[in-house]
Order: sequence, then structure tokens, then C-alpha cells
Amino acid sequence: MASRIPWFTFAAPSRFYGLAAALEPWLWFTAAALAAVGLYIGFFIAPTDATQGEAYRIIFIHVPAAWMSMLVYLVMAGWAAIGWLLNARMASIFARALAPTGAIFTFIALWTGALWGRPTWGTWWVWDARLTSELILLFLYLGYIALVASIDDVRRGDKAGALLAIVGAVNIPIIYFSVRWWNTLHQGATISLTTAPKMASTMLTAMLLMTFAFWAYTFAIAFSRARAEVIERESATEWVRGLLARPDRKTP
Amino acid sequence: MNWNNASEFFAMGGYGLYVWGSYAVTAALLVIEPLLAAQRRRKALEHARDAIDREPSQ
Repeated sequence: MASRIPWFTFAAPSRFYGLAAALEPWLWFTAAALAAVGLYIGFFIAPTDATQGEAYRIIFIHVPAAWMSMLVYLVMAGWAAIGWLLNARMASIFARALAPTGAIFTFIALWTGALWGRPTWGTWWVWDARLTSELILLFLYLGYIALVASIDDVRRGDKAGALLAIVGAVNIPIIYFSVRWWNTLHQGATISLTTAPKMASTMLTAMLLMTFAFWAYTFAIAFSRARAEVIERESATEWVRGLLARPDRKTP
Repeated sequence: MNWNNASEFFAMGGYGLYVWGSYAVTAALLVIEPLLAAQRRRKALEHARDAIDREPSQ
């Protein structure tokens, strides 16, 4: 059964381009709709926190951004590894397409964390294990972006980037478990798969909706950037000529 | 409903600067990033088109 699904069809950049172009508007719409509902619940239905007051409303973007910063890194490293080991161009393109988005989510996690920490902890920043390892994640993203951009031979750049991404993946469990392994100022996990969440259900709903909104956003932006990358790499090919030559259609 | 009026909403119980500072930066980044990606694609397509135009006609 599984063999009837043409998984590898979309590994061809030309097929991917068409599919991504068709999916993108729906993904943008999904992201915007989920964010709108999530923010509505987060600001108008979720109650004021008993100890943190209104400052806690920052977590509706802080926690989803922090989750995405780690998830996107793992997905990026995974695609980079596949692109390297299986010599799959499209996989390497995905890895490159995800890196800036991962960096942005990491920055958002750090920025919103600082703005939450100031009123709540009384400090913008501390060098505790959670915050420091998340800052290292930002440097890993920036290092990856700079490294692949600095190598003129695109496939060599892909491979060098893959090596950096795979080695850097060791940082992800360090971030995730830092609040358990070390005594950090950053609090432990509020949400876990094994215990009941320690927060009001409307707060949790808002946070999960924002997480799904960020997911949809990530798919949309990764497809969008991957399409740009595909055109840059394949500009001399027949299918790009075909794409540009078609007079009946607006260039997507 | 948590807020009686708009100014209460914007004040965020005295944490307005922190809350809106977080949301404003996040919103700005998540709006600018897609615009930059779309601009990059348009440039790549223009580049490809120019390259085809420069080819000697047969």
C-alpha cells in the first residue's frame, strides 16, 4: 500500500514548487486564524494570574516560541543530515529554509523571556543554564546561516552546514532538561506529557492555539523560502523556463 | 471579560510596556520575515528571466 504513495515525487524541486505554491495561502490563513483565536482567548477569556498579574500573558508567545526554537532546530538538522547522507537536494534546501525561522523564534523566546523576567524575577537576564543554552542555540542558528552562505559551492555549503547542524543538536536536550539537571532561576516545565498541566485550562488553550499558529507559520515560511532557494539553484533548468514562459499565468 | 475599557486593556495592570513590548516585536518579526522571503523569490525569478533574455536568439 505504502509503495503506491509517490513520496519521492515531491523530492523533485519542480514538483515541490507547484505543491508549495498551492499550499502556502492555506497555511498563512491557518496561522492567522489560529493566532487570532489564541490571542482572543489569551487576552479576553484567560483570567489574570494570581501571582504574576497581567505580565504572565507574555507566555502565550514565549512558550510556543521557545518550543519552536528547539523543534525547528531538530527538523533542520534532520533535513540537513538527509540532504548530506542521501545526497537529496530538496532536503538540504529545507534545512536552509528553516534556519532563519528557527533563529527568529529563538530571538523571540529570549526577548519575551527578558521582558517577562524583568517584572517577575526583577532581572532582564541571568546566566542560568536554561537562558545560556538558549542563547547558544541562537548562535548555532546564526553560525549555520553564516557558514552555508559563505561557501560558494552550494552543495559543499549544504554539507558543511549539515555537519554543524548535527553536532549542534547536542544542545537541544541540554536546553530541554536544563531546568531539571541544574538549579536554574528559570522555572521547571509547566506542561508535561506525564502530569496534569499546572495552569488554568483557558490559559493552556491559548498557549496551545498559539503553538499551532506558529507551526502553520513555520510550514508557510519554510515553503516560501524553499521556493526562493529552488529558483536560485535551478534558474537554468527547463522547468523554471517553463514557469517563466507561461503567459497565461501570473508568475507565482 | 478582563477589561472594563480600552485604557485598562493597554495598561495591562501596569505591565503594558512588558506585554506590548513582547507582542510588538514578535508581530513585527513575523510580518517582516514572510515579506523578505517573498521579495527574495521575486528577485530570483527576475534573475532567471534576465538570464533567459540575455541569451542569443536563434
